[in-house]
Amino acid sequence: MRRIGLPDVIGPISDRWSRLPTPARYVVYVIAIVAAFALPADSIGSFMSPQSDWSAILFYPIGVYILLAIGLNVVVGQAGLLDLGYVAFFAIGGYTMGKIGLSLKWDFWVILPCGIAAAAVAGVILGAPTLRLRGDYLAIVTLGFGEIIRITANNLNFTGGPRGLSGIPNPPSVGSFSALQFNVATTKPFYYLVLVMIILAIVLVKRLERSRVGRAWAAIREDEDAAEVMGVPTFRFKLWAFAIGACIGGAAGVLFAAQTISITPEDFPFLLSSYIVVAVVLGGSGNLAGVILGAFLVAWLPERFRGFADYRVLAFGGALVLMMIVRPEGLLPSRRRRAELAEGTGGMGSLGGGVGGAQTQAVRIEAVETDAVQTGAVESEAAP
Amino acid sequence: MIGIVVAVVAVVAASTSCGKSKNSGGGGTPTLAFMGALTGSNAQLGINIYNGAKLAIDQHNAKSGVTKVTLKKYDTQGDATQASSQAKKVVQDKDVAVIGPAFSGESKTADPILNAAKIPFVSASATAVALAQSGWKYFHRVLANDDVQGPGDADFIAKTLGAKSVYVIDDQSEYGLGLADAVRKQLKTDGATVKNGSIDPKGSDYSTTVNAIKAANPDVVFLGGYYDAAARLVKQMRAATVKATFVSGDGSLDQKIADQGGASANGALLSCTCSSAVGSTNPKVQAFEKAYVAKWGSEPATYSAEGYDVGNILLQAIDNGKKSAQDINTYVASIDYQGVSKPIKFNSTGELSQSLLFMSEVVNDKIKFLGPTSTAKPVPAG
Amino acid sequence: MHAFVTQFWPSTIDGLTIGSIYGLIALGYTLVYGVLRLINFAHSEVFMVGTFASLFTLHGLGITHAETGFALVGVLILMGLAGMAGSGITAVVLERVAYRPLRKRGSSRLAALISAIGASFFLQEVFALRYGRDLLSFPPLMNKTVLFHIGSGQVRADKVLVVVAALVMALALDRFVNGSRLGRGVRATAQDPDTAVLMGVNIDRIVMITFLVGGMMAGVAAMLYGNYFELTQYNVGFLLGIKAFTAAVLGGIGNIRGALLGGLTLGLIENYGGSVFGAQWKDVIAFTVLVLVLMVRPTGLLGEKLTRARA
Repeated sequence: MRRIGLPDVIGPISDRWSRLPTPARYVVYVIAIVAAFALPADSIGSFMSPQSDWSAILFYPIGVYILLAIGLNVVVGQAGLLDLGYVAFFAIGGYTMGKIGLSLKWDFWVILPCGIAAAAVAGVILGAPTLRLRGDYLAIVTLGFGEIIRITANNLNFTGGPRGLSGIPNPPSVGSFSALQFNVATTKPFYYLVLVMIILAIVLVKRLERSRVGRAWAAIREDEDAAEVMGVPTFRFKLWAFAIGACIGGAAGVLFAAQTISITPEDFPFLLSSYIVVAVVLGGSGNLAGVILGAFLVAWLPERFRGFADYRVLAFGGALVLMMIVRPEGLLPSRRRRAELAEGTGGMGSLGGGVGGAQTQAVRIEAVETDAVQTGAVESEAAP
Repeated sequence: MIGIVVAVVAVVAASTSCGKSKNSGGGGTPTLAFMGALTGSNAQLGINIYNGAKLAIDQHNAKSGVTKVTLKKYDTQGDATQASSQAKKVVQDKDVAVIGPAFSGESKTADPILNAAKIPFVSASATAVALAQSGWKYFHRVLANDDVQGPGDADFIAKTLGAKSVYVIDDQSEYGLGLADAVRKQLKTDGATVKNGSIDPKGSDYSTTVNAIKAANPDVVFLGGYYDAAARLVKQMRAATVKATFVSGDGSLDQKIADQGGASANGALLSCTCSSAVGSTNPKVQAFEKAYVAKWGSEPATYSAEGYDVGNILLQAIDNGKKSAQDINTYVASIDYQGVSKPIKFNSTGELSQSLLFMSEVVNDKIKFLGPTSTAKPVPAG
Repeated sequence: MHAFVTQFWPSTIDGLTIGSIYGLIALGYTLVYGVLRLINFAHSEVFMVGTFASLFTLHGLGITHAETGFALVGVLILMGLAGMAGSGITAVVLERVAYRPLRKRGSSRLAALISAIGASFFLQEVFALRYGRDLLSFPPLMNKTVLFHIGSGQVRADKVLVVVAALVMALALDRFVNGSRLGRGVRATAQDPDTAVLMGVNIDRIVMITFLVGGMMAGVAAMLYGNYFELTQYNVGFLLGIKAFTAAVLGGIGNIRGALLGGLTLGLIENYGGSVFGAQWKDVIAFTVLVLVLMVRPTGLLGEKLTRARA
């Protein structure tokens, strides 16, 4: 089937990149990090966001979206699970920061692990009963979970109801370095903070990807039944993916709440979940560089084109359709993903040359049911 | 791919250059900032305020021998996170004062930034009580907060309407719940029986709430919420043959409640701490109405007069030689100004030192201004 | 629990009414999913276009006050046809523009989902820019006469119309899929597309028919919605779409009778739950029940069997 697409310029570049010797790659990493730290400069800002404060935009939405997209990429891009309620973990992180920061007056650095832990627990609570469901059922259940979290926060007095929480403490400032003064008037320090967290998340996710866990995720994504047959405890690894994705989302939420000092349930709509999914797929699901680029574009383009305010969403919607027609694998797909797509087997099953195979799907349900039993057995053996 | 990149770069470059030519701030002419929703689903109130303020500034700049003033738009889309980065942009651009932020929600993220940067901000529409309690020196608003509107509504319902049982509904939004809670509290003091309910402003089907109202059979139904939810609710209430009088606050005060609610909206009573410029006998107000219609082609709507007043207060400060943000703030704090919406004088927290609540009613598909709640007499439905 | 008892009959009547609308919209999700294994995320906008088409019909006919008798029936039929045309055409165009190119390339279903989200944003914005973001009111077409009471519940003419029309349409669709030649093609494609091709089924045509029929069901739902609530808006489909999709999954996605059953069940659960816990918990109750049902029956109440519905 002939591609309608554009000439592939990314492919050769990523091939060359993978052939680069390790030291050369580290040089590129260092340059990228230095460039990222230099990004809030006013000269760049006057071009990148003439109608908003550039370093504020760099923190939210850009930095936060990137962090969220890296987290969601673990779930969607690596393990191949469609999560439409990822914003729930972001919200849980945010409310943990707000609630503990206001009532117990703890420090941001102490609340951060609490927020991550709370999100991870929520990830396991959501995942345990639902990860045995097949892909599309998982999508609606996660979507529902995101809505449940938001509506509950809106209805409970504990979370401040629709008023939300305000007066959340900023992170403590460090010494007298201007780059580390965290208060309502500063913007760059928050950007540096989110940047450090993005770098840590990238290191974590990269290491996981190359480990046994990462290989298991790839196996699950490509063919869950085959993975199960080969002895991969798929349920447990899917749960891991969910929990790790949730951790990163929770961390982003803590950071967001500590910067914005006032959160309401309105900050965590379903739309945000769909933006992050779009960022992941648009950039190139499974490839970190692509996912970061996707999140950057999704966050930055609407800010850049403020002047066209009324037409931004229209253009965004049209661009998504066009993009998926021209380049469904995303802007910077991973090498493995491109190979999968060339074969016609894309992670979550494909639409197929004609249409998706109903029979393999039917077989899969039975397989999932049996695997539930098997995993249960394995787990009970593993228990002391 | 390259083609797309080139096209994007070209568009970006083009819009940067035209963006620059508009960026005049700093130097000679003082720049006022307008902050509020100008696009998006909550834009109408923001546009009303902007149109009022813009009229004030254009009238001022048309006079000879005055300092010309620029008004710059900061569109928050009513979104708290966007308001925060827009507020930082105001600081960066060194604007001397802000008209806004318009909504209570966005005020909570934007106001601390503006206050820390010592830029005076005067809101024409944010009514959340808490805003004045944060000790912000640079905060003022030209309308009363929900603690005036809520109890005022309750007293009107209990005394003027003589209601014994009231069903109070909120839309689970910050504004709607705040107002509804204030109404509930005062109604209990006034000795009325109060039942509570909530609706989802984005939902279609309010039947659960309507059934509960039907069962409670109240004299009055009060909604803390905006006009679209109000229109949905009255339609479904009337279809279910609920006869209770419908009362709501400033969020519902818009011609749209009559357009959307149709015949069901007739008889709805809507309160506001803003007065109406339409149909006034005060010559100053009539002049404002005339100029507004001439400029914008429509009658002044909710908060237009307040926007006009805020613009004029800030302009008066500038005309009196107050050029810096600090001086403007000091001037505004001590102002005693006869505005088209109401007399404006602030107390130490930035609230109006005296405030009135006004009532309007939907009569024959049109909003009719009834006057202050103390004297307002509802037109009998018929 | 007291509220549950006193509100039982009104909740039942309103639950069945809104549930019928969920069910009709859910049919569109279910049909497309059954054939393509695709969540047609833009189906909510297919419904939205239908409400606008119905509204414009009323404007076009110059309706300003309630009609009765044959005039009413005639207007309702015209409104329904307009809704079906608007929604049906939108669905078919959507398939051609947003899905078929991806299908031809064998793209991942994730890409199709993103394409659907994009198409959904696009359609919403087109209507928002053209007709504004505020609610638009339908002229009152039908007297909302109370026919009779069950307990404290009012059985109203417009509610009866919704439920009856939904049942009739679902039944007709069931007959079409299980009884007609084209329906056999749809079933064959759903069951095994490769074999269907070998058997001479024109897959593109079948997919188009599936979208068309699903869209037409949404169009009927749109007409009923317009007559019942008398309001619409550019984003009217968003929440209803999520609910209808939930209904489709609840009943067993890909299963026609399941979609209707799921819709009615969801409508009832929401209204009963809302009467007990308060209307603000409706959505939480709906999603919680969905999770619980899926834990017990991982493929919904009736299971997914578009292919074996009549067996």
